[in-house]
Amino acid sequence: MEYEHIPAEKFTFTQMDASLHDTKLETKSRSYLADAFLRFRKNKSSVVAAIIIAFLLVFAIVSPIISPYTINQKDKFYQSYAPFVRQIADMKLGIFDGATTRPSQNEKSMLYWRGIAEETGMDPLINILETTSTTVVYRGKEREEYTYTIETNQYYEKGVIYLVLSYDEFERIQAWQDETGIQVIYPYVDPADIHGITDHPNIWYKVDSSGAAQPDKDGNLVPVYSTRTQNTGAEYHSLRIAGDDGSYVYSTAKSGAVQCRVCYYNYYQYLYGHEPMYLMGTNSMGQDLFMAIGVGARFSIVFAICVSAINLFLGAIYGAVEGYYGGAIDMTMERISDILSGIPFVVATTLFQLHLAQKVGVVPSFLFAYVVTGWIGMASLTRKQFYRFKGQEFILAARTLGASDGRLMFKHIFPNSIGTIITSVALVIPGVISSETQLTYLGIINLSDFAGTSIGTLMSQGQVAMTSAPHAIFFPSLFVSLLLISFNLFGNGLRDAFNPTTRGEDD
Amino acid sequence: MGKYVAQRIALMLFTLLIITLICFVLVRMLPPAELPLNDPHTAVIEARREAQGYNKPYLVQFGIFLRNIFTKFDWGLSDKLYFGQNVADIFLQKLPATVFTNLYSIILSIPIGIGLGIWAALKKNTWVDYFISTVTMVVISVPSFVFAFIIQYVLSYKLGWFPFLMKAGTDWLSWDMFVSMLPAVMSLSFGVIAGFTRTTRAELTEVLTSEFMLLARTKGLTKAQATIRHALKNCAVVIVPAIFGEFIGIMSGSLVIEKIFAIPGVGNLYLNAINARDYNIFMLDSCFYTAVGLAAGIVVDISYGFIDPRIRMGSKK
Repeated sequence: MEYEHIPAEKFTFTQMDASLHDTKLETKSRSYLADAFLRFRKNKSSVVAAIIIAFLLVFAIVSPIISPYTINQKDKFYQSYAPFVRQIADMKLGIFDGATTRPSQNEKSMLYWRGIAEETGMDPLINILETTSTTVVYRGKEREEYTYTIETNQYYEKGVIYLVLSYDEFERIQAWQDETGIQVIYPYVDPADIHGITDHPNIWYKVDSSGAAQPDKDGNLVPVYSTRTQNTGAEYHSLRIAGDDGSYVYSTAKSGAVQCRVCYYNYYQYLYGHEPMYLMGTNSMGQDLFMAIGVGARFSIVFAICVSAINLFLGAIYGAVEGYYGGAIDMTMERISDILSGIPFVVATTLFQLHLAQKVGVVPSFLFAYVVTGWIGMASLTRKQFYRFKGQEFILAARTLGASDGRLMFKHIFPNSIGTIITSVALVIPGVISSETQLTYLGIINLSDFAGTSIGTLMSQGQVAMTSAPHAIFFPSLFVSLLLISFNLFGNGLRDAFNPTTRGEDD
Repeated sequence: MGKYVAQRIALMLFTLLIITLICFVLVRMLPPAELPLNDPHTAVIEARREAQGYNKPYLVQFGIFLRNIFTKFDWGLSDKLYFGQNVADIFLQKLPATVFTNLYSIILSIPIGIGLGIWAALKKNTWVDYFISTVTMVVISVPSFVFAFIIQYVLSYKLGWFPFLMKAGTDWLSWDMFVSMLPAVMSLSFGVIAGFTRTTRAELTEVLTSEFMLLARTKGLTKAQATIRHALKNCAVVIVPAIFGEFIGIMSGSLVIEKIFAIPGVGNLYLNAINARDYNIFMLDSCFYTAVGLAAGIVVDISYGFIDPRIRMGSKK
């Protein structure tokens, strides 16, 4: 037993001068948020969703800037037209060529398209999809008749239109023609020469009384441009079309103004300074969809973020008070929110519109409608979190140390529920966008005066011409669907990332 | 239990009363619709307005409003949309269209939804599950009217299987009517199917991993027996109340779908009433929507108590 009776001098102090410290952690500590971010990054679908959201946001910001159009430019003729970019259309790839399918075209209409192609130099016929021949008996003789299904370029098939211009304007167009070398004004055709037809400006050749072209025996169209100089509207001293020996008349007088035939595609270049270029086509209002979707989306997203921020703020305070104090206060406040949550959202929106829209504007009253019922979800969430945390020891400790109610609520309990709250905000945003789109689609809310347009408005405008121009409803629907799917995926990813109980499951 | 149910219903009626009061006062604060001169109904409507207490304090008006509803089920006359007609009659005419479309929709979608959910849960973490879950996610996120557009364009226009809009008329049970309702029914179903699939899958995957399932297998039940007798029974606790909720919800329908397919239902009536500022119709429709929403909530809550013997409603503990 040599460990007993050890003499005192054998003992030494292990530590006399050096101070005793906890050793510093070797590894870097991770904060809650950094940890959540790490877990979020592991979730592939959410990362993809985040990238798509970023892309759509960039689209919303950039598209109205890079588009040559503004929301107030509504073309009178190019309405519900398919996507068109001339440079790409020229490559004949079958995309961006403003194509529409026209079934059951007979020889007469084929000549009509050819007439446009020959006069303006822009061929509306893209290709012939289908040819059917039928044998008909015409005046005792059998004859083959062909019917075609063709694809035409809607921008080219507009061809020439009648336009009434002032003398000054007529002069300016001539000057522009001289400058650019693009033919806008085409020789006038007197209705008397084409059997009095006045509603088909594209007829410049010899026709019979039904408007069918009558080619000569070689199959060429015979021009019937007016040479009646007594009717000339204004002096014409600019570009003349091929085959004009100087005798063609380019306009006719029309009560103090000039009526002339104008190639709309070229007139468009004169008006806007560039060729028509619609990446997503036009809607039934003649607006550029590429730009309009961006304009609508900007509003939707900003609005949704505002709504969630306000609801988060109100709901968090309300829920915090409810959850923290409990008892009678909780009861009363719960009844109030019960009543408010019983109001159907669409009823609240309508009532606000009826009462406030005149006084404070459509958007603020719309915002109020969201706020009046929207915060309830957030409040009950916060309330639940407060019930969960308020009985725990660290709260008791803080209270013992003399922390005030406000400090306990917002310094000690609230940060613990922040993950749940952030997640629900990420899921509130798509909800707001979705219902905003529905209400504007239904026309209960009309944001056009404030925001220019909205996705829902674009959809209802697209639905008007759904069968002939499906693109006008396709692009807004695609945009909003993508946005909502990726926001929901993103939100789900956030929820998993902020939920510490799933931690380590996938490691 | 009985006491709890009575309590909930009383509370619901109280909530409904307050919401009605709020709506009522807000609507009456708006200037009433101007009536055309030289119309025989104008005198009638003016007399009715006098009887309804316009120009009296709002609470008196509200009293008259409630008395008329409870004694004669009288919601006033339409003064814009269906000039001079009784609002309650118009409303009852519109109800069948909404109820039938929604009824068909849930009859179609609940079995499909639950079936898909069970399938996904049984094949958990296989491609079947991933596929069903992904599609469910997409369907839940995308608003129902996008599906409506796709169905209308592809099935009604391109393929020509269905009429573009719903057929007019009141032969609700005829085959033609059923076919013309189908596009709307399908558009409504997508969301419901996805909802039920998600709930069923989530619930069943949880139940399948619980210990009593292991016990059931250990005592010799086949997987099918165990799933049907034990797992599904436990899922029903969540799914059945949701079905009840859906059934109550069929009355309110969907504004958007009714507009797209021109269904002459309650939703369309509501939209028209808003656009025409027909306040009596608006008032009736608003009360109806509120009541349906509240009733659905209360039915779901109470049915939990009836279905699951473990849940004791309203007990202190």
